Amino acid sequence: MINFILVTTGGFLGSIARAIISKRYNNRFALKHFGTFLVNIIGSFLLGIIINLQVQTSVNLFFGIGFLGSFTTFSTFKIENLSLLNTAKRKQALLYISITYILGIGMAGLGFWIGRILS
Amino acid sequence: MTYILIGLGGAIGASLRYFVSIIFHTDLVASFPYATLTVNLIGCLILGIFSSGFELKRRINPRYLFAFKTGVIGSFTTFSTFSVEVLTMIQHHQYYLTIIYILLSSILGLFLAYLGIKIGEYLSQREVTR
Repeated sequence: MINFILVTTGGFLGSIARAIISKRYNNRFALKHFGTFLVNIIGSFLLGIIINLQVQTSVNLFFGIGFLGSFTTFSTFKIENLSLLNTAKRKQALLYISITYILGIGMAGLGFWIGRILS
Repeated sequence: MTYILIGLGGAIGASLRYFVSIIFHTDLVASFPYATLTVNLIGCLILGIFSSGFELKRRINPRYLFAFKTGVIGSFTTFSTFSVEVLTMIQHHQYYLTIIYILLSSILGLFLAYLGIKIGEYLSQREVTR
């Protein structure tokens, strides 16, 4: 039950954080979905650190699964891909997709490394 | 405040995602990430339906709609867990599974989002011709 509360609270905060950043940074620059990109990259980085810090289960539930799991999003990313492809912005679509995956996984790796150093 | 609604949606989405991970008996050890793949693919499909225009034809309060899309579905799916799982599988030298996971998530995810949009458009048509 406490696990559920930790995840739920983390999710509450994570989604609000994502909404704030998305509102601030999406539809502003040349890279239209910069906000979603930011949360996905930052979230992947932080989760990489957390996983390797070997934290208590409660911290992982709240911050890892709850907060960061909700801070990042996969569905919004895919819908944004589609909208770019639909509006014939193929180059930007390809750029957005590849940079998100490459940097997302890369930053998770960097987080892994930092987490290992810190622990 | 809209943000509170989004937060509540996020709480729901995160709980559902956690619930799915329990069903799949997810450990942190690198077995194939069925749970994350499941939530991500289902989320893409549902978000597609609600991004098709179908949702605008129904008289849904826009703030609740946004809280559902960004809050519930946005939090139901996750990218951070995906990235970390990819990395963990690479660390365990499961290169073949890694590629499968990435391809399934990305290509199937995109396809399901597209399918969702088509389903939504079809549902819109049915509303019109009634």
